[in-house]
Amino acid sequence: MKTSLLAHAGRVWLALILFFLYAPILVMAAMSLNASPFYQLPFKFTTEWYEEMAGNEQIIAAAIRSVLIACVTTVIATALGTCASVALFRYDFKGKRLLQVLLFPPIAIPWLITGTAMLIFFFFIGIGRGTPAVIVGHVALALPYVIVTVTARLSSFDIALEEAARSLGADSWTVLRRVTLPWISPGIVAGGLFAFAVSFDQFVVSYFLSEPGDSTLPVMIYTAIRKGFTPEINAISTIIITLSMGIMFLATRKAKFGGEH
Amino acid sequence: MSLVDVQNVTKKFGHTTALDNVSITFDNGGFFGLLGPSGSGKTTLLRTIAGFYYPESGSILIGDRNVEKIPVEKRDIGMMFQSYALFPNMSVADNVGFGLRVRKVPAVEEKRRINEALELVQLQALADRRPSQLSGGQRQRVALARAIVTNPKVLLLDEPLSALDKSLRVDMQIELKRIQREVGITTIFVTHDQEEALTLSDRIGILKAGRIIQAGTPREVYDRPVDAFAAGFLGEANWLPQQLLDGLTLPGEKQSHRFAVRPEMLTMSDAAVDGRNSVRGKLVQRVFAGALATCLIEVKGEQWKLIARDRDLPDFAGEGDVWLNWAPEDTIRVPA
Ligand SMILES: Nc1ncnc2c1ncn2[C@@H]1O[C@H](COP(=O)(O)OP(=O)(O)O)[C@@H](O)[C@H]1O
Ligand SMILES: [Mg+2]
Repeated sequence: MKTSLLAHAGRVWLALILFFLYAPILVMAAMSLNASPFYQLPFKFTTEWYEEMAGNEQIIAAAIRSVLIACVTTVIATALGTCASVALFRYDFKGKRLLQVLLFPPIAIPWLITGTAMLIFFFFIGIGRGTPAVIVGHVALALPYVIVTVTARLSSFDIALEEAARSLGADSWTVLRRVTLPWISPGIVAGGLFAFAVSFDQFVVSYFLSEPGDSTLPVMIYTAIRKGFTPEINAISTIIITLSMGIMFLATRKAKFGGEH
Repeated sequence: MSLVDVQNVTKKFGHTTALDNVSITFDNGGFFGLLGPSGSGKTTLLRTIAGFYYPESGSILIGDRNVEKIPVEKRDIGMMFQSYALFPNMSVADNVGFGLRVRKVPAVEEKRRINEALELVQLQALADRRPSQLSGGQRQRVALARAIVTNPKVLLLDEPLSALDKSLRVDMQIELKRIQREVGITTIFVTHDQEEALTLSDRIGILKAGRIIQAGTPREVYDRPVDAFAAGFLGEANWLPQQLLDGLTLPGEKQSHRFAVRPEMLTMSDAAVDGRNSVRGKLVQRVFAGALATCLIEVKGEQWKLIARDRDLPDFAGEGDVWLNWAPEDTIRVPA
């Protein structure tokens, strides 16, 4: 009896969590399709706001910039992160443990702090603000995610596979390409998706590091909201959320958290 | 003619000396078993020959080539791993063909050689399967086919059968021996199982604490162990208590030596037998096990074991005083 009561309470709790997480999103998505610009009911379906959004050059430009930055970030972070994971897996060196431990705090540090620190640092070393600074910042934020996902995948890799390949005459490059990479590729894809999502959804760091003229989509939305809500913001936000959730869904499936094979 | 020649090889891991000035020669076409307790350096020796470890000092010859500074991939060896290490993302045929593709063997020849190798291990029917769809014994055979398809100079096996259950292990031993004979490949294998070593090997080497203490044919090592450890490790030994040595016919000087007899060399009687060495003991237990029987006898505080055909043993009433007899030339003598 007691356990079933507990299980029941648990279910209610979970339902509440899901409700408070998704209800605002669903309302926003609904309002992006509602004819009234003042969120008035009854609901009257329209695609007007999506059409208006598609005609808004500022939004489109920001969206393209966001996607491009996210793509560049993904490529760089995935490549660097994978190399780092393989190196951490394969080689023993002084300070390896420390390095591995140091990878985690950036995930937990508030982005506001990270963003401020980066802004100061980039001015200090002369990169300043602008798209290159944004990309460097995003790569730094995304790297730990890639390393963590690829390392998780590598931890189930049997090192004897590499040894077997070498005993059969394969040089290091062939071993990497034919044996190691195929094994960790789900981890790499998942890490890449995480990197994309981290960059695409990034507000604080982008806000601090971008120049006024070329802001990313989240920054542009924030600026627009400060001037006043419009249903087109709902429209673009709905698109972003759908895209981000899709990516996260794929990433967690690829990373196979908890499961194996 | 020697194919692999290890000379004065020392290999250390930090402060552990895993191989201590090891010298050993492996003959061309032979089946060589490396035997020793856990931690004696068997794996290290095999992996040093393979090239996964570089020795601190000494030389290793494979064929007429000095390889001690050459990496694994250039040594032209075949190796089978305890976990089989089959590539999970490749079919059986692709696994077997891996070494051929790396060597850029033409496609037609590659296909032919994969087929030959699979035929040798009787797995042609499973060429398109994934390793995950195979049983333990089948994986084993794929691993073997993959290791020999490139015609390596030497085949290295580290406890190849230890992951299999007993009956499959015996089948695989026979299979392994057949394939090795058929291909004629020089084979070095590691085991801690003395029975396996005796079944498979033409020659064996016994390792202890990073040193080869004896190498020879199984017969030589069994009949003439060089020390007490070798005598006890390969087969069982009944040690003669010091106070009984007088009055026995011994093969050589008693001074600073120990003497032993193998359990199957003993006979049991109710009186000493002329012309044989005899000692008195107390029969503690007699265990009937089908064709053979094992008797435990206490001889001056030492536990002795006798193994004989059950029907050859006299019918003593359970426990009591008995005489144990053996031919003087069957006495083993090792330095104390
Ligand atoms: N990679 C390694 N790093 C450190 N010590 C090792 C390593 N491999 C083996 N050793 C040590 O070397 C000795 C011999 O080990 P090994 O060759 O594995 O023995 P065996 O195969 O006979 O059980 C052991 O003391 C072991 O702890
Ligand atoms: Mg071992």
